[in-house]
Amino acid sequence: MSNTLKDPIQIRFSGAGGQGLITAGVILAEAAMMDGRNVVQTQTYGPEARLGSSRAEVIISKGTIAYPEVTLPDVLLCMSTEAAKKYAGKCTPETVVIFDSTNIGPEFTSPGRVFRLPITETAIKVGTKVVANSVALCVLNTLVPVVPRETLAAAIAARVPSKFRELNQRAGEAGEQLAAGLMTTTA
Amino acid sequence: MSKKRLIQGNEACAHAALYAGCNFYAGYPITPSSEVMEILSYEMPKLGRTFIQMEDEIASISAIIGAAWGGAKTLTATSGPGFSLMQEGIGYASITETPCVIVNCQRWGPSTGQPTKGAQGDVMQSIWGTHGDHAIIVVTASTVRDAFDMTVKSFNFAQQYRVPIVLLMDEVLAHMRENIDWPEPGDIEVIDAKRPADVKTYKPFANDEFLPFGQGARYHITGLAHGAEGFAVSDEAAARELKRMVGKVQDHVRDLALHDRYMLDDAELAIISYGITSRPAQSAVDLLRAQGIRAGLLSLKTLWPFPDFLIDEVAERVDTIVVPELNMGQLVREIGRAANGRSQVIPVSRIDGHLLTPAQIADAAVAPFATSAGKTLGKVVRS
Repeated sequence: MSNTLKDPIQIRFSGAGGQGLITAGVILAEAAMMDGRNVVQTQTYGPEARLGSSRAEVIISKGTIAYPEVTLPDVLLCMSTEAAKKYAGKCTPETVVIFDSTNIGPEFTSPGRVFRLPITETAIKVGTKVVANSVALCVLNTLVPVVPRETLAAAIAARVPSKFRELNQRAGEAGEQLAAGLMTTTA
Repeated sequence: MSKKRLIQGNEACAHAALYAGCNFYAGYPITPSSEVMEILSYEMPKLGRTFIQMEDEIASISAIIGAAWGGAKTLTATSGPGFSLMQEGIGYASITETPCVIVNCQRWGPSTGQPTKGAQGDVMQSIWGTHGDHAIIVVTASTVRDAFDMTVKSFNFAQQYRVPIVLLMDEVLAHMRENIDWPEPGDIEVIDAKRPADVKTYKPFANDEFLPFGQGARYHITGLAHGAEGFAVSDEAAARELKRMVGKVQDHVRDLALHDRYMLDDAELAIISYGITSRPAQSAVDLLRAQGIRAGLLSLKTLWPFPDFLIDEVAERVDTIVVPELNMGQLVREIGRAANGRSQVIPVSRIDGHLLTPAQIADAAVAPFATSAGKTLGKVVRS
């Protein structure tokens, strides 16, 4: 990974309604704010509460952010085949593209730098697929250190109900290990 | 604790209403405005203020008019379908000179349309949705902090001018989260209506002084054309009263015309926009400047009364005015009228439920010169 983080940095979370991606976007935005940066978080969703396509976007900058949506993502997370179909092509060769390989098969490709990780499967091993968003957030932040690791952990803890705090903490740590393992094997 | 908070546009609107002293909310939930109502449903009882979920939007607008005459500072929030239902009540609020605030989080329409997709299609309806000539003030917001400030301003305008205020937001701003510096009490001025010095001689429609029911004066309120005491009039007296009411806002257009300027001083090309579209418009100015084109932005916060004088200043100096909107061309008609042939006015329209991008606006701005320029600025953003 590059040592200098882009500013502004544009991050897109995509998947299905119910996977907690808007929550993931809000948590990353809160972490960035805690880190003293400006942030805009937007979302696109359909009329369905579950299973429709869902997209959250976060732009982080030390400066002012005028246009609030992602033009081309620096980091793209795809958590469903629908999302991969829709967004995997919309990136640059430098975009870090994270596919949840639990849901997205090897037939899906992207012009970006693709990382395939079993995010949902890891969440199920931790306890429940509900925490796939916490796994994904920590995978993302390990591959591209958008915010300090402790800040992200604090933002997750602050957002989730107290009885699920420990579960989400374990999910986050599993995400970090998942990404770290990939980084060592591909380095 | 830091004063910075990450909040949604709708959250900012709800908390700003409380900040402004709103003590009566009546509404009916509708996407994408529902968070305003949801937040107030649990915040207002804590403060001893009144919150009512009504049976529909006609009842909601009626309730906030009645409560205003009961002495409350009142708010309702809705979206297109509900806003359409409120039009008759808005006319009643206008002729009865009732201070009240209506937030419309615009979504793609007409009818049910696309509830979760943003638009700016209700501009003309906000101005002309109720029948007859009438006084109304229409304002917008483009950032989450703006949503806070403009909500407080809306309450202030309602109190100062005794007219219904429409605050036009949109789905994107309503649900967008940004970090804002949380205003402390006193940071933003809060204005209450002037009270009459002498209750005994009070005439409710003689001037902008406002004395609610039950405070010692007897008067009549009606949707009929009426004189200073509130009793029905016709003929020349009706014409005189209508002129006075419309004049309340038209004669104060310079006081009401809130706006922002961005790199406009030396501009040869101007973008004039409002609401959420001012954000890609600002980025488009940066793109155009990077290409050596001296572009600038006039972002209108007050859409009505229409600030002709601001358009005059721009049209006098630039050859081209670009007007991006998330509709098929609404405010561009007012801008074109005000520019009156002094500048080429180019509408830029997007109606697929998504925001205009900076590249789309910049491309439209240079399109008339594209053959000589031989390049499209969109590539700048996409590269």
